[in-house]
Amino acid sequence: MNFDHTASRRSFLKASAATGGGLLLSFKLAPLGSADATTGEAALSAFIRVSPDGIVTIAAKNPEIGQGIKTSLPMIIAEELDVDWKDVRVETADVDAEKFGVQSAGGSTSIPRNWDNMRRVGAAGRQMLVATAAKALRVPESELTTASGKVIHAASGRSLTYGALADRAAKEKAPDLAKVTLKDPKTFKIVGVATKDVDGPSIVHGKPLYGIDVSVPGMLYATYEKCPVFGGTVKSCNLDDVKNVPGVKHAFVVQGTIPPGEVGLNVGLSGGVAIVADTWWQASVARRTLRIEWNLPDSATQSSQGFAARAAQLAKQTPEVSIRKDGDVDAAFKGAAKIIEASYSYPFLSHATMEPQNSTAHFKDGKLEIWTPTQNPANGSAIITRTLGLAAKDVTIHMVRAGGGFGRRSSPDAMLEASWIAKEVGVPVKLVWTREDDMRHDCYRPGGFHNFKAGLDAQGKLIALSDHFVSYGKNGQFASMAMMGSSTFPAEFVPNLSLGTSLMPLGTPTGPLRAPGSNALAFVFQSFLDEVAHASGRDPLDFHLDLLAERRIATAAPAAGGAPVFKPERMSAALKLVAEKAGWGKRSLPKGTALGLAYYFSHQGYVAHVAEVTVAANAPVAINKIWVVADVGGHIVNPSGAVNQVQGAVLDGVGQILGQEITIAKGGVVEGNFDTFPLLRMRQAPPVEVHFLKSEANPTGLGEPALPPTLPAIANAVFAASGQRIRDVPLNKVFRSGAAA
Amino acid sequence: MAISLTVNGTTHTVDVDEATPLLWVLRDVLDLKGSKYGCGSGLCGACTVHINGVATRSCVTPVAGVGDSAVTTIEGISQNPIGQKVQEAWLEIDVAQCGYCQAGQIMSATALLEKTPKPTDADIDMHMSGNICRCATYNRIRTAIKAAAGEPVKKEA
Repeated sequence: MNFDHTASRRSFLKASAATGGGLLLSFKLAPLGSADATTGEAALSAFIRVSPDGIVTIAAKNPEIGQGIKTSLPMIIAEELDVDWKDVRVETADVDAEKFGVQSAGGSTSIPRNWDNMRRVGAAGRQMLVATAAKALRVPESELTTASGKVIHAASGRSLTYGALADRAAKEKAPDLAKVTLKDPKTFKIVGVATKDVDGPSIVHGKPLYGIDVSVPGMLYATYEKCPVFGGTVKSCNLDDVKNVPGVKHAFVVQGTIPPGEVGLNVGLSGGVAIVADTWWQASVARRTLRIEWNLPDSATQSSQGFAARAAQLAKQTPEVSIRKDGDVDAAFKGAAKIIEASYSYPFLSHATMEPQNSTAHFKDGKLEIWTPTQNPANGSAIITRTLGLAAKDVTIHMVRAGGGFGRRSSPDAMLEASWIAKEVGVPVKLVWTREDDMRHDCYRPGGFHNFKAGLDAQGKLIALSDHFVSYGKNGQFASMAMMGSSTFPAEFVPNLSLGTSLMPLGTPTGPLRAPGSNALAFVFQSFLDEVAHASGRDPLDFHLDLLAERRIATAAPAAGGAPVFKPERMSAALKLVAEKAGWGKRSLPKGTALGLAYYFSHQGYVAHVAEVTVAANAPVAINKIWVVADVGGHIVNPSGAVNQVQGAVLDGVGQILGQEITIAKGGVVEGNFDTFPLLRMRQAPPVEVHFLKSEANPTGLGEPALPPTLPAIANAVFAASGQRIRDVPLNKVFRSGAAA
Repeated sequence: MAISLTVNGTTHTVDVDEATPLLWVLRDVLDLKGSKYGCGSGLCGACTVHINGVATRSCVTPVAGVGDSAVTTIEGISQNPIGQKVQEAWLEIDVAQCGYCQAGQIMSATALLEKTPKPTDADIDMHMSGNICRCATYNRIRTAIKAAAGEPVKKEA
């Protein structure tokens, strides 16, 4: 799998953020190369190898977690290289920032960060082949064209295959990436064509692909028992009993390196007990004999119930911290013709990737090698080198396909634990968490409490809105992903607006879950705005189109590399189209069946939903169908993968609203498996109809932005169908949701 | 103890504790990594194999209980003509996202189609709801099952 074995000429890619959008590229040119003696393959760059028979191997630079990036980034290179997709093979790249730039999966950034530079990488390869052909055919480059892996001289009817040219092309001076000629997008043959996942055949035949499938000769298997409360350490335990269990090779206490009072999966190694055995099952059996007395941190008294009670107290007070103030909300409320007030809440959520956290590590002769399904190898490398006292050059990380990410695998905890254990035992070790480990030692989507007030004028226009957000954090700093930004919609679209927060200290780690921040804020704001729309006596669609039509407060100039500016006209267009597709206001629906709409701008994507639900007495809420319109720029790189991502993100939201809730008690997490934390099942999954609205902008990412509108669209439809407003999720707080496992 | 086990037509003798779940024997002793660990409690279906043709959760099936029954895993399912059709439909519809649960989905879908060659939506709901897909590729799983059953495929959008 090592991509670089045959690469003898190296290009160094450095992508740096440029002001005004887009990326500036710089390649450092490296010595010239020639074809690999055994395979005959020639490397045109770190990304592209060409074999004499014309098979092109392209490196997929970013982690594959189910978002399809292993297929879509190579598609972009292949497009500009001008080869047929059937001749392309894809390999996962090594982790090497000098050659591949940032290698991570997160924030739906892989496409927007790499769209331009992958095109240029492909175009540079093409240019090297054209230059080589010009010399071979003794014609000017301007007379040459390319198609399907060939350089063609139309005037003389001659052509040369890339396979025949590659060895010589690899010795060409590498072009300046900033100056390569890109295709006219109108001529694209691969980008924009539905393309199947490159790992599909391996997936359906059960080939070993995932982190949990990694096998290294001489490998032992590990389990790791940690304190149910984050930051707890081992006081005492019965290691001798554990060591007597058949198959157990090592059992030892790890003190851990979590600094007291610090919370998060990036702050250090959690203390616990490691058990290493011949097989994972033996290690698991031995684990049942463990009896541990823990040193518990102060947070062992925390509970979801306690947080809810404290949040209710805080809601009565003035927010501790102001996030945004426009106009004068108090004066506007006094003068309002109508006031609407409501409080909302949402729970902690676990990522629950199907493949539990795992990593395989081997420490030998002062060097560490790791195979791991990570979303962020650089983050893992940083904490491993720091914790184990190794130099970065002595840590090699191999990215392995992940059985789901959703943000969970941005945290390096399993990688760090495996590395520590491997260093202790000196042989390769595969650490596999149980489902219960995975659910109880996550970095959770933080819960939150919102207390809204809105004022309408006599014409039903929204003139003032305030939110006191009770969240988690300390010293005025939000806990990870427990934030609310100052541009949270409808900020800038309401003349008098106030957003403020009060924070509760939290001992449980939190972190990014698919569309972090937005996945919660969309629910509360889009639900409350639907309440406001109904209170105004207007159709929600008309209300929202009016709201979006006028920016009341000038938007702050974006900082370089800062948050993208929201363009309401793109949102309105998506909303209008989804309303049309769903037959909003045009269809007559039976009693108890109704539509709800919601929209959200996140991760640079503009997404609008309409949900149709049926609410009947003594039956679970039925979600009949969801229509989605997404504007993620002017190109959909892989329409097959894109539809799949949107459907998945929407159904992820359906699962959340039906029954997902993580409960904290005695500082630890109660739920441990899918019986108590139900994931969506086939019988609950409605059809999701997806449409893309192609704007002129460069393409942006799609792993996340389709999730946030899902919950409020459903909740708003439930209100329209039943008159019952959903202010606390999951739905089963009010309705039967049919979410039980 | 030595246990005899027939997997994908080949008989193996494995030396494991008799309570060891079939899943871990398949994965870590016979090196058949296609059956996946998801929950360890028979809740998610990622570990689904066939035992004498019946879809079974291998994570909660003690190996000693298998006896001389025929075990079929994802690695062997293409020997079954229906299984092969299901795999082809999965590829044609481009079902997978992360793909981790799909071996189990394919095993359950094959068992469904063996009993019910033309399943209705209700049949699919009933038989496939024990298999969780965290990426929620359910729309495409449904389409792929129908495609494998020979029904025309409707365009998604």
